[in-house]
Amino acid sequence: MTTVDPEFNADAAKEARRTRLFTRINAADKWFQILGLSWATPVLKAAAGDNPRAQMTEIWRLLVVPLLSICAFLLLWGTLAPKVQTSLGAVPGPAQVWAEMVNLNEDAQAKAAKRAKFEAMVEKRNQKLIDTGRADEVKQVAYTGAPSYYQQIWTSIKTVFFGFLIATVVAVPLGIAAGLSPTANAALNPLIQIFKPVSPLAWLPIVTMIVSAVYVTNDGWFAKSFLISAITVTLCSLWPTLINTALGVATIDKDLVNVSKVLKMNTYTKVTKLVLPSALPLIFTGLRLSLGVGWMVLIAAEMLAQNPGLGKFVWDEFQNGSSSSLAKIMVAVFTIGIIGFLLDRVMYALQSLFTFTNNR
Amino acid sequence: MKKLLLGLAATTALVSPALAELELEKDELTFGFIKLTDMAPLAVAYENGYFLDEGLFVTLEAQANWKVLLDGVIDGQLDGAHMLAGQPLAATIGYGTEAHIITPFSMDLNGNGITVSNEIWEEMKPNIPVMEDGRPQHPISSEALAPVVEKYKSEGKPFNMGMVFPVSTHNYELRYWLAAGGLHPGYYSPDNVTGQIGADVFLSVTPPPQMPATLEAGTIYGYCVGEPWNQQAVFKGIGVPVITDYELWKNNPEKVFGITAEFAQEYPNTTLAVTKALIRAAMWLDENDNANRPEAVEILSRAEYVGADYDVIANSMTGTFEYEKGDKREVPDFNVFFRYNATYPFYSDAIWYLTQMRRWGQIPESKPDSWYDEVAKSVYKPEIYLEAARLLVDEGLANEADFPWDSDGYKAPTPAEDIIDGITYDGRTPNAYLESLSIGLKGDQKIVGSDVQG
Repeated sequence: MTTVDPEFNADAAKEARRTRLFTRINAADKWFQILGLSWATPVLKAAAGDNPRAQMTEIWRLLVVPLLSICAFLLLWGTLAPKVQTSLGAVPGPAQVWAEMVNLNEDAQAKAAKRAKFEAMVEKRNQKLIDTGRADEVKQVAYTGAPSYYQQIWTSIKTVFFGFLIATVVAVPLGIAAGLSPTANAALNPLIQIFKPVSPLAWLPIVTMIVSAVYVTNDGWFAKSFLISAITVTLCSLWPTLINTALGVATIDKDLVNVSKVLKMNTYTKVTKLVLPSALPLIFTGLRLSLGVGWMVLIAAEMLAQNPGLGKFVWDEFQNGSSSSLAKIMVAVFTIGIIGFLLDRVMYALQSLFTFTNNR
Repeated sequence: MKKLLLGLAATTALVSPALAELELEKDELTFGFIKLTDMAPLAVAYENGYFLDEGLFVTLEAQANWKVLLDGVIDGQLDGAHMLAGQPLAATIGYGTEAHIITPFSMDLNGNGITVSNEIWEEMKPNIPVMEDGRPQHPISSEALAPVVEKYKSEGKPFNMGMVFPVSTHNYELRYWLAAGGLHPGYYSPDNVTGQIGADVFLSVTPPPQMPATLEAGTIYGYCVGEPWNQQAVFKGIGVPVITDYELWKNNPEKVFGITAEFAQEYPNTTLAVTKALIRAAMWLDENDNANRPEAVEILSRAEYVGADYDVIANSMTGTFEYEKGDKREVPDFNVFFRYNATYPFYSDAIWYLTQMRRWGQIPESKPDSWYDEVAKSVYKPEIYLEAARLLVDEGLANEADFPWDSDGYKAPTPAEDIIDGITYDGRTPNAYLESLSIGLKGDQKIVGSDVQG
């Protein structure tokens, strides 16, 4: 019995394409989840023609409700803000904050133009030196003007990652040691308990004094202010990673530990092949918490120490007290919030990359 | 020797005419400043390219408060800074943080005011005589404040006011004003550095830009600070300036540009170049009867400098001052940056600060007149200033007539009518001057515990 219906083949091919499409959407879903775009899945599915009713409820929950809540927030802010009079005028609403954001952007462009002019000037100076036979005096001079808003954001991000990196390098090995050996745990525990609750504002003066005393060179790799902010971040963001690593290592499956004994693994193999992979999910949870803490601490440290970055921007604007200061500070608040959210997403994506294949 | 140095410097300038600059030992510099209008010479020297003309690449950094700024200069994070005149002097004699700081350039004359909160103003007002048009008559003596302070005292409430730093001009000016009207601002002693021993009015430190916010919060009832923070209080409607320092002491010395003695020694040509750029900036600020002031105000109103609104800064910078809202009066010399030899570091200016430190007990023991002269000469460096001025004159950038070439560093005594309490000031006789002030330590007097002895 042979079927010569051409329609049948076409249908089968269409069905296969559909299935492939859905497999792809499902695969993409994993990434959407990580990136915080989980609403994209039902939208795509609905577009591909999958049971619209079921997708609509998903879209409602994942896309429309959050959008509505944002709108409600903006509306509430827009109506309430002008009613609060401060000495700098009314509290700015969303429109003023947006206008200030545009201003900051224009200002950044103006500063970039000034920077280009400055660099041309340095170039001209160097050329003059070469022409007058003083080529050995030629040197590049870093721009001396005020940083733009974007440069300040970038400074803060660099600082937080540097501090966070030191924290990780210190906390993970210590955490593994504390998790593996009860003695090490007993030694570390009191220190963790005492230092964990210390505020960044208390660390800052200590760090400032020590860095100023130890790091005396003025033209080293790092600026002093950068080191001070970064080390303060380290001291405050160390603890979640340390505690979670210790916990993750301490709670490894007993069977696995026994296997390692049977196989007579040395410590190094045991740590790399067994302890680390098992403890990774918790280590990453710790890292995520650490980075979040670090970001919050950094802004406070920059504000207090006047170290370059977003914190200084906020403090400078507070001191300026001009009619646009409040709106500028609010722009900074949103920037800080959004960057904090993005940092968390980046860590979450890394965690998924490393751990979702074998979710032990 | 000085002639030789001058000659040398001049020849180096001639050898490399293409660059027309000194052989700089250091050309990348960072200077600190506090958000105040009298940092203008620094901003102008940067924005108008005077630093670049000298081959200097300068970064200007706003500092959180005077303490942070001073520490920055001492530990080398900052190469120099816009400073309170009292800071280099106090650091050199070892009051507070000890370090040898010098100044080759005085930044301005006048520029401060004393502001009280609205409530205090309402209580003071009945005690102030009025002019024909009904506006209060200026200058206002602290005698008008005395009954208010008395009332607070009788209610058991301390009368708090703010100034910006223990050795600030503002501390001394506020004290001068209070004392001139019979109110005691309190003494310092080696074991009590609050400065509130025996005080009628309690003074405490608040960084300049935070003054209006602190006044608004009710922590202090008034303050003495530089611009634009008095005009800011008027604009915000939270306070009323009662007196400017011009009315306290006509053309009194204000901020200085401070560097460490080591810096000047290690980088003499750089020091000269910086001084040249600053002198040019000061000249520009006062040129053609303040014609450039609006442009200067625009520069200062940028967020990286003072950052307050244009109108607030313009009020005082363009020769007017607004007391109560709407009561705007002409004070053409409110900010003086160059005329009257404003930038020349006079020893007599330094000595006035030292007399005030002695007057209020920051210098606990009496010192001979010669000591005042020596300290002033170790901190104020008119020789560097004149060397820089000579170079500018030679380059055709300045007028020979604008500089006091033959001065011995002492200004003629300030006549009695230029000072609010009518007491003449002569920098050559500091001890005699101290004797003539009614409130304050004099002779061999000392503070022991909370009593004046001797």
